[in-house]
Amino acid sequence: MANEIADRTPVAAARGASHYPGTRVVAFVLLVAFALVAPLVLTEYWIKAIAIPTIIFGLSAFGLNLVTGYAGLISMGQAAFMALGAFTAVIAYGRFGVPVPLAIMLGGAVAALMGVLVGTPSLRIKGLYLMVATLASQFIIIWALQRVPWTGSGSFATLNTPPVRIAGWDVSTPTDKYYLVLAVVALMTFFGYNLVRSRVGRAWMALREHDVAASVMGVSMLQYKLMAFLVSSFYAGVAGALVVFGYTGAASVQEYELDVSIKILGMIIVGGLGSVLGSYLGAAFIMLLPILLAVLMQKAAAALGGSPAAVDTLANAEHVVFGALVLYFLIKEPKGLAELWHRLAAWVDKQWYPINGAQLGGIK
Amino acid sequence: MGELMFGIELLITGMLIGLMYSMVALGFVLIYKASSVFNFAQGAMTLFAALTVVGLIPHVGFVWSLLITAVVMCVVAVGAERIVFRPLMGSSQLTIFMGTVGFASILEGAAQMIWGTKPRGLKLGIPAEPLKLGEVFVSKPDLISAAIAGLLVIAIILFFKRTKIGLGLRAIADDPAAAQVVGIPLHRVWAVAWALAGMVAIASGVLWGSRIGVHFAMSLIALKALPVLIIGGIDSVAGVIVAGLIVGAAEALGEGYIGTHIGGGVQDVIAYVVALLFLMFKPSGLFGQAAIQRL
Repeated sequence: MANEIADRTPVAAARGASHYPGTRVVAFVLLVAFALVAPLVLTEYWIKAIAIPTIIFGLSAFGLNLVTGYAGLISMGQAAFMALGAFTAVIAYGRFGVPVPLAIMLGGAVAALMGVLVGTPSLRIKGLYLMVATLASQFIIIWALQRVPWTGSGSFATLNTPPVRIAGWDVSTPTDKYYLVLAVVALMTFFGYNLVRSRVGRAWMALREHDVAASVMGVSMLQYKLMAFLVSSFYAGVAGALVVFGYTGAASVQEYELDVSIKILGMIIVGGLGSVLGSYLGAAFIMLLPILLAVLMQKAAAALGGSPAAVDTLANAEHVVFGALVLYFLIKEPKGLAELWHRLAAWVDKQWYPINGAQLGGIK
Repeated sequence: MGELMFGIELLITGMLIGLMYSMVALGFVLIYKASSVFNFAQGAMTLFAALTVVGLIPHVGFVWSLLITAVVMCVVAVGAERIVFRPLMGSSQLTIFMGTVGFASILEGAAQMIWGTKPRGLKLGIPAEPLKLGEVFVSKPDLISAAIAGLLVIAIILFFKRTKIGLGLRAIADDPAAAQVVGIPLHRVWAVAWALAGMVAIASGVLWGSRIGVHFAMSLIALKALPVLIIGGIDSVAGVIVAGLIVGAAEALGEGYIGTHIGGGVQDVIAYVVALLFLMFKPSGLFGQAAIQRL
């Protein structure tokens, strides 16, 4: 029997079909390898301006996905939680000399506390009411960070971090920053990946499908809804701290306005609601979108003989395309890029191992 | 005495502005009543409408620009219903809400691609000198804007209560399936609701535009209608009006009395703070009905 299969698929036979671990596993290994050597392969610009923010926003999107994609609670305040994390981290490190890893944790913790506070109404209200609560917190947090004198952010609402040092390691070059960000994000993704596959993740999904029904079956609404907000805003806070230590070197209120919250929401819609992989795919896609558009519009302008598009036009075109993408994925592909990838992986599996390719193990 | 007059002046100004918030909030109520959709794009529609009106004025004059914009908004509204919301029908509230977020992004981008990102002024030709009532000064443009807003609010209430389409809207809000069974044309009624929301967007865009200028921040002004909705209770039109007055007054008084101590900007958040308190302690708002959830 095994020989017959091997005969029919010479490629698989040549590589030892029975040992092929599945496309997802192969892709995962390749991705890890690439992530580790990226600074050697990519130019400094790509590391500094694209890889680092993509990973950081991917983490924040993952956090939002926990509360929105898994637990089904809308949040429009993810950017404000990032801002809280950023300001906490920079104040802890810059003013009080708290070590960087602790400052990052602290940033997450403060954001998480606020997240629980904002999430409290979610026990009684749902849908649009919760949306307004999170929207309100978005405005209030940003406003407070600008106005409370203790933050010391002043009229520009910006705090710079002193040079980042972790136990003798100077995190100064883009490569250093990249590895710092990568390490933290990898750790937290591993944790979150396991969390959503645990009792907690299943409880969230039960609440998402029908919260009253779930609570009748013994899933504590109080505990799990607040936990969703707690974990989600913790992730946002850490992402904000990483922006300070690994990306821009400053906490700045302007970088966390409402449009950023909407962008993060767009990331998880495009990437895939309720998918770990989708959070990062969506983040990468949305971060690359402006570059892609710029190139396309340049090409179009060159082809039509027109002048290159202005920065304004480009930003507005990005708005339009972003909105269209969100709508497209909501209507046509509600599970997002993650689902497209799964389909592709299954197809490749099938080419390699036509009988039971679908049963190959892999990473979801 | 001067102190008291200052307070009264703030209160009146605040409440006049509050009526304009109520009007914006009604745009949300229209869509919500018709389809239980929370239309995040109302702010973007306001921006879109205002930019179109202002952009057309130099070419065709004020009246024609209003009429053309009305047609444009109808097309946008019907298009949105057809392309965006009909396919999403039956999805969860969360999904449809996200759809309106995407729609808002498209509208904002498109409006500014067509008309540019420069802030523009909008003059309605209302004399700017204040009206003196006893010792209290009231701004004339504010008064006229509030009057227009008030009229519009009444018109919409009458529309809901007295017309056949209004009746259909209420029926659909109550139970879409049952409404269809008795022959109410669901899609047509929805399209009308969206078009009406577009008209509200024009009115609020023009009135707010004459006050603060027409620019991107306008969509944020429209979002202020959300706290108004929460405070009033989303299913109550009367509540929306009262809440608008409260929010307007709270903003003006907060800015006048608290703002001077902490460096201003109170009016940007006070509405949200009040709304958040309502959400925590009385989620159904002042006049809304407490929702009971069924399995």
